[in-house]
Amino acid sequence: MLDTLRLYLANSFVMNALIVGTLIALCSSLLGVTLVLKRFSFIGDGLSHVAFGAMAMAGVLHLSNDMLFVLPFTILTAVLLLRGGKNAKVQGDAAIAMISVGALALGYLMLNLFSKSSNLSGDVCTTLFGSTSILTLSSMEVWLCIGLSIAAVVIFLLFYNKIFAVTFDEDFARAAGTKAEAYNLLIAVMIAVIIVLAMNLVGSLLISALIIFPAMSAMQVFRSFRGVTICSAVLSVTCSLVGMLISIIGSTPVGSTIVAVDIAVFLIFAIIARLGRKGS
Amino acid sequence: MAQLVCSDLTLGYEGHAVLSGLSFSVNAGDYLCIVGENGSGKSTLMKTVLGLQKNLGGSIRWGDGLRENEIGYLPQQTIVQRDFPATVWEIVLSGCQARCGKRPWYTKEEKELARQNMEKMGITSFRDRSYRQLSGGQQQRVLLARALCATRKLLLLDEPVSGLDPKVTAEMYDLIESLNREGITVMMVSHDLAAALRYATHILHVGREVFFGSIEDYRKSDFARRFLPGEGGTEHA
Repeated sequence: MLDTLRLYLANSFVMNALIVGTLIALCSSLLGVTLVLKRFSFIGDGLSHVAFGAMAMAGVLHLSNDMLFVLPFTILTAVLLLRGGKNAKVQGDAAIAMISVGALALGYLMLNLFSKSSNLSGDVCTTLFGSTSILTLSSMEVWLCIGLSIAAVVIFLLFYNKIFAVTFDEDFARAAGTKAEAYNLLIAVMIAVIIVLAMNLVGSLLISALIIFPAMSAMQVFRSFRGVTICSAVLSVTCSLVGMLISIIGSTPVGSTIVAVDIAVFLIFAIIARLGRKGS
Repeated sequence: MAQLVCSDLTLGYEGHAVLSGLSFSVNAGDYLCIVGENGSGKSTLMKTVLGLQKNLGGSIRWGDGLRENEIGYLPQQTIVQRDFPATVWEIVLSGCQARCGKRPWYTKEEKELARQNMEKMGITSFRDRSYRQLSGGQQQRVLLARALCATRKLLLLDEPVSGLDPKVTAEMYDLIESLNREGITVMMVSHDLAAALRYATHILHVGREVFFGSIEDYRKSDFARRFLPGEGGTEHA
């Protein structure tokens, strides 16, 4: 078993996948805490489906680099969702559900109508569930992932206190002169970037799991915002690494293996929290 | 000179006026209670004064060296906060965010200020406790300590005792009164007219008719007679 692992790790594609996967897991967990606490989880879910639609469109248009199209498209949707969320005629959650399933349906339709690929269902499956796409990243995509991930982490650290303030109490923050709208926008844009990056790792249907599970697990046990954030990051990175290694050894699909590990950890933390409450 | 002068203010949402022709002023050291029925625009007035929403007409002017973001605001609790994983320390310290400006971290002085205000509110022993584990009264003390980090001059309190039991309510009022005696101006939205009459120096009564003036004038006015039970009133606020 270890020999198989060593053999795979010697492969630069596998190393790339591990590096990119770890970074994506780190970013998604950092913002996951804010997203869950701001009750924005469903925005993450909606955006991931929009990213699928955009991916399908990029495929139809035969673009050489999907990400350069999908990224701005998803960011734009994130901004529009956040803007419209508050004063839209259609209720916020219904609007997001509409956009989300709409993008999914239209994306699949477009792929069926225009794609010349011989293995359509395989392509769709890859986009939705990740499977092997992380192993086939071009070096440019790898660098783009690394660059954007590092940028996301640096921005999060720089604005950590402000993000906390805006998440805990938007009205107070605005009264104190903090530009809450600007920070909400920043959060939305970062989420969009992370979702597009995470599509490579777990596929668009499973991204929400990557964002929400580590945050929810950490919130079971930790009491401070800082504790939850750090724990969430550690859990997310660990689960993703373990998931990726399991999938290499057992040749299971990467995305769903990572999510399965995330679920297992969530259950463990939920039990720990329950025992802790009984004990105290 | 007055800390806050509002003249001929019109308030509302998306062009619908809820209140209009509102004029009042607040001087340093005042204790102003804003009373009125539900839906009369009390919270809208608070939000407008804070700059969270635009006034449809009239003007809001700050004076006496007070700037718009130097107000300590105690908002009503939101659903988000009820099970928010944050320690008392993290929340109180976030009251210093206006002092930070663009600086991403808190300085030693700001941390010291947060420490002093926690001491003042008697919550130092809760420093590392989680906000969601505290009782309603303790949570309000935390939010009051946070508000004090944002201001040295003016507190704006939006129904600070709603949902608290009578004993804790009395403690909260005493706490606010002691802050007022130290010279901090207090503006409070309240449902509790009896407490307003007991503690306030000025009353702003909003609704179909508007009253603004000192507590003595309010007692003599028709408003008090109409809204106060037991003083010849027939209608309850």
